[in-house]
Amino acid sequence: MSTTETTASGVGPVEGAPVYTVDNPAPLIEAPRKRTKKSPKSTRGNFELAAWLFMRLSGIVLVVLVLGHLLIQLVLDGGVSKIGFAFVAGRWASPFWQVWDLLMLWLAMLHGANGLRTIINDYAERPNSRLWLKGLLYTATVFTILLGTLVIFTFDPNIR
Amino acid sequence: MATPVLDKADAAGQPEPGFADSPYITVTFRVRRFNPEVAAEATWEDFQLEIDPKERVLDGLHKIKWDVDGTLTFRRSCAHGICGSDAMRINGKNRLACKTLIKDINPEKPITIEPIKGLTVLKDLVVDMEPFFQAYRDVMPFLVVKETNEPTRERYQSPEDRERFDDTTKCILCAACTSSCPVFWNDGQYFGPAAIVNAHRFIFDSRDEAGEQRLEILNDRDGVWRCRTTFNCTDACPRGIEVTKAIQEVKRALITRRY
Repeated sequence: MSTTETTASGVGPVEGAPVYTVDNPAPLIEAPRKRTKKSPKSTRGNFELAAWLFMRLSGIVLVVLVLGHLLIQLVLDGGVSKIGFAFVAGRWASPFWQVWDLLMLWLAMLHGANGLRTIINDYAERPNSRLWLKGLLYTATVFTILLGTLVIFTFDPNIR
Repeated sequence: MATPVLDKADAAGQPEPGFADSPYITVTFRVRRFNPEVAAEATWEDFQLEIDPKERVLDGLHKIKWDVDGTLTFRRSCAHGICGSDAMRINGKNRLACKTLIKDINPEKPITIEPIKGLTVLKDLVVDMEPFFQAYRDVMPFLVVKETNEPTRERYQSPEDRERFDDTTKCILCAACTSSCPVFWNDGQYFGPAAIVNAHRFIFDSRDEAGEQRLEILNDRDGVWRCRTTFNCTDACPRGIEVTKAIQEVKRALITRRY
């Protein structure tokens, strides 16, 4: 047990010898969550509200679209074995199925992308990792939506 | 004929049947210690206590501080569940040390006591509450009225209008809810359940006239839309406030205001 005068740093003998003294003060702990100039500015606008509402509404619509899609593709009329180029070409001959698939593509991609955006916001701590993850996410989303839309509208059943 | 008082005094001398001579049991308090002047890292420290299981965790902490190790640092003020100073993470759950009986949290195993999460630890169980109170101040937790003259009579309110926000008036600002919220743990920019509860208290107050302004503040990127309805806050609230429900009511108010 140390018998030296340690009261100056406020550390009693119970805690052992002090690492820091008056001449060698402990490093100041910067509060990491302090609102500084660097912390994000408050936003005015309804983007988050719209995104929240979109998730609920698109979720409801997607339940119908996706379950219907799975039923047609995997269960009814011979199940998965019937799916082939001819089957897809036959369905996309009808504007109804074109719109169905287009709606499903857009809603599912936006719903999933917004969900991942939320997860990135919740879990990525550093602004830089957020930036990169979200950049990657948005790029992939836009690419998939555009490519899918292009295929649905320019699909040629007579392709060789 | 003995009076009831005397009867009671007689009975008090004998131990109740089924109880051992001593009500005390040995409990291990495993406390998360941190002192930035001694070490950069927090460590666990065990304390063995002889304590009545019907006492509270706060009594155990007092025993440690007063009799064993005076350097143990924690906040407490009223010690009766009103001031909200002694919220801490006891056995992994945010509770008030002054409202938690030792017999209720399995004293056979070591009782872990940590500071609440998501706020900077200053020493032992004391955290920097400033970000928490900053979010609280940001929602304007005070009555706002547009009239410029001094009121000449009370602001009347029907019992039904008072009932509308009764639940959220119970908040004691202990931070048990906000520091149990995983969204707040991440970057601390989220307003947090406590600030939203206190905004709710005024948004739904019929006498208040700044509800629109508060809704606008909570419509922010770090406002109510970051709530993931994990119900951690509702579970943690020592006052039994339905915190998640209050947050959802603010969300609904925002949506019905827009559409």
